[in-house]
Amino acid sequence: MIDVKNLHKSFGDHEVLCGIDEHISKGEKVVVIGPSGSGKSTFLRCLNLLEVPTEGDVVFEGTVVNKQKGNELNLIRQQMGMVFQHFNLFPHLTVKENITLAPIQLKLQTKEEADANADRLLERIGLAEKANEYPNMLSGGQKQRIAIVRALAMNPKVMLFDEPTSALDPEMVGEVLELMKELAEEGMTMVVVTHEMGFAREVGTRVLFMDEGKVVEQNTPQEFFANPQHPRLKDFLSKVL
Amino acid sequence: MLEIWNNLVDKFILCFVEDNRWLYMVRGLGVTLEVTALSLVLGLILGIVIAAVRSFHDQQRDQLTGVGGTLVKIANWFCKLYLTVIRGTPMMIQLMIMYFVILVNTTNKLMVAVMAFGINSGAYVAEIVRGGIMSIDGGQTEAARSLGLGYLQTMRLVIIPQAIKNILPALGNELITLMKETSIVTVIGLGDLTKGATIIQGRTFEAFMPLIAAALIYLLLVIFLSWLMEKLERRMRAGDRR
Repeated sequence: MIDVKNLHKSFGDHEVLCGIDEHISKGEKVVVIGPSGSGKSTFLRCLNLLEVPTEGDVVFEGTVVNKQKGNELNLIRQQMGMVFQHFNLFPHLTVKENITLAPIQLKLQTKEEADANADRLLERIGLAEKANEYPNMLSGGQKQRIAIVRALAMNPKVMLFDEPTSALDPEMVGEVLELMKELAEEGMTMVVVTHEMGFAREVGTRVLFMDEGKVVEQNTPQEFFANPQHPRLKDFLSKVL
Repeated sequence: MLEIWNNLVDKFILCFVEDNRWLYMVRGLGVTLEVTALSLVLGLILGIVIAAVRSFHDQQRDQLTGVGGTLVKIANWFCKLYLTVIRGTPMMIQLMIMYFVILVNTTNKLMVAVMAFGINSGAYVAEIVRGGIMSIDGGQTEAARSLGLGYLQTMRLVIIPQAIKNILPALGNELITLMKETSIVTVIGLGDLTKGATIIQGRTFEAFMPLIAAALIYLLLVIFLSWLMEKLERRMRAGDRR
């Protein structure tokens, strides 16, 4: 589904990604972990071209994403949902308007369809009564779950999560992870940058460890955590587990 | 005491009632308002266009390639030049250059004043609008773009509605400054409120009454505009409880 070929990204003289080759298949739940500054968020952001690669290609279903411009790029992004660390809900719109804005404006759904869809999604996450409130009235966990269904409202083929629980109070983390787990069980293709090792172990089908702009090691979650090979990974796991 | 009062009344009659001299003030006020309003419109149009070019350039920096990218860079360069020149020279000089150099063949002083003040105001409005756009967290743009919305849709639906709340107070200040600044149109001989006062001063050899009257009228206008802006701001905030 997504092919990453020799991906490089530099900010000025600083090379953040130093050549990444990766393939993500349909239905996979790829969890990316690593120390901060290892380039894992940048890697994720290159997938939907929020960061433009300095070198190399990102191929999504046969289309080279980083060669697309304007509307072609927008069409690809519509198929890749993204969830951010800081939620990035639109504060001037109600919860429901947050969810329906893109589907309506992009003429993918009529207002009625989008509203019905939003109601269904809010019902599902148990926040139906918040439909007409503004994001600032919500807790962090509620905001993030709404950000997730906002992305889902576009019916994406893949969901990208950029440290979705890092800005949350500890007691809110569970509800967000629970929703992500449900998504995973429904067969959604997911790429998740996170520090939640439990999630990686439980939900991931494959775990990547990144350090200094490279994928140093990857494996199934069982092997990855039980049997780490690279000294850097051993060191990392000994600190976080 | 009574003597002072009578003296003031005499002066008032001399300055404003005799020969219908109050008409100088009223006509002048009309011109002042006209110059302010038209300059504001021109300034807003110029300012928004320039802010759009500058913001687009700054936000899309890594995607400015090919002919389109070069055009944006050139446009951005001209905008910066315009901002530097206009903000770096006195308004009165700009007005005189407009009247005595650039539009030397026209007799329409009102148009000259509107051009000069509109172009001047545009530079300030541009930076106010750009500042408002830049004040919105980059995550908002990223969220909108990641949903597949285009650049213009993102600006129109997500950024501008939030930026307006930040822009409005500064824009109100700019309007008030502009209104007071227009008093220097006297140097090109346009009959605004200030000119009206000085004409009366010239006819009656009385400085106190006409100048104080002009000052009071400006003050009342400013108070009215401030009140208006405050009301507008409050209404915009009422729309979203946050």
